[in-house]
Amino acid sequence: MDWILLNLPLIADLTFAHLALCIPAILLAAAVSLPVAVVANRLRPVREVLVSGTGLLYAVPSLPLFVVLPVVIGTGVRDPLNVVVALAIYGTALMVRSAADGLDAVSADARTAATAQGYSRWGRFWAVDLPLAGPALLAGLRVVSVSTISLVSVSAVIGVQSLGSLFTDGFQRGIVPSIMSGLVMTAVLAVGLDRLLVLAGRVCMPWSAAREAPGR
Amino acid sequence: MNHLSEAVRWLLDAATWSGPTGLGVRTVEHLQYTLVAVLLSAAIALPIGLAIGHFGRGKNVAVAGTGVVRALPTLGLLTLVALFTGLGLTAPMVAFITLAVPSIIAGAYSGVESVDPRVVDAARAQGMNGWQTLLTVQIPLGLPLIIGGIRLAVLQVVGTATIAAYVGAGGLGVPLFLGLRTNDYPLLLAASLVVIALAIVLDGAFDLAQRLIRRLPGFA
Repeated sequence: MDWILLNLPLIADLTFAHLALCIPAILLAAAVSLPVAVVANRLRPVREVLVSGTGLLYAVPSLPLFVVLPVVIGTGVRDPLNVVVALAIYGTALMVRSAADGLDAVSADARTAATAQGYSRWGRFWAVDLPLAGPALLAGLRVVSVSTISLVSVSAVIGVQSLGSLFTDGFQRGIVPSIMSGLVMTAVLAVGLDRLLVLAGRVCMPWSAAREAPGR
Repeated sequence: MNHLSEAVRWLLDAATWSGPTGLGVRTVEHLQYTLVAVLLSAAIALPIGLAIGHFGRGKNVAVAGTGVVRALPTLGLLTLVALFTGLGLTAPMVAFITLAVPSIIAGAYSGVESVDPRVVDAARAQGMNGWQTLLTVQIPLGLPLIIGGIRLAVLQVVGTATIAAYVGAGGLGVPLFLGLRTNDYPLLLAASLVVIALAIVLDGAFDLAQRLIRRLPGFA
């Protein structure tokens, strides 16, 4: 306990460093998966290839990816950007399928009705498809957020600062509270960000909350 | 890209793979860790998952538990256990099993659940008891999904097994960490490429197994 109290500033710094790696990665994953999902749904013959192909990226182990990626994108191994891109790749691998399935599940009647009312393809996407697929997209994003927050820690092994540094430091110097505080803070961030996403979903998509409410 | 060609050249050299600390030994160790961890996990997880699917109870607990375990960073668990058990294989095994169990449980119960309830009722109506229904109807028909859970577990463990070397065990993490500490970039890259290749080959093998099972008579 003493160790934790003495090192509160360090824990706070590392928590922010952790978020600084996770949040851009999660946003990047969402920004990439959505267009990929749209393209996949539009080009039926390649849909399965595109969706399964991105899913396969998840099979690439994280530590080796952190190492191989700099060679491909020209950053250094210990460059935080490298970690952000690697995490975004995992996020995309997880999210493309749920986004494609979510957008695909929008009822054809609703789309036809929107087209009949004079929506252009572009306008219909933003005003009809996206809001109706919203709850499914949010569910995908929540999975990405939890998995990213837990995955970031591995980057401490290659020397990028995050809550994972509490694990590597704690291990090397034999400090159990350091590792414990890292585990607790990772859980706090995962739950916190998840709640925040649910809340954002309620605010942006009041219709999904209304549908959910009577059941619970 | 220079490092990459150097890494590939190093991988193609026979001397790289031989000897007591060669890549061949490390790869075998890596696969052994994966095999042992997944077998132990399956021994724990399959009975639980099959029971959840068969009796249709406890799924909520399993889903919640799986979520908690998935959010747990493996590196944290590994280093924490290693501080108590010391260097060696115990801590990595605990971490790998924790990683693999939820996937296998989820695969097992979704496999059993995926069987058409009418088929299960028909088996009961013919006088099969619970065990017979599970062993001759629910498991064979749910096998592709049950194997899917094991496939996911294998992939997770084979990728994560590199960090065993962080607490003094062997595997392909050894050359990876050696390369990291000595700034030997081609070595680092070569070890990583082998791990990635292992993951892709194993995934392909499972894909093939699942396809073959679907063709067998009496299996879904």
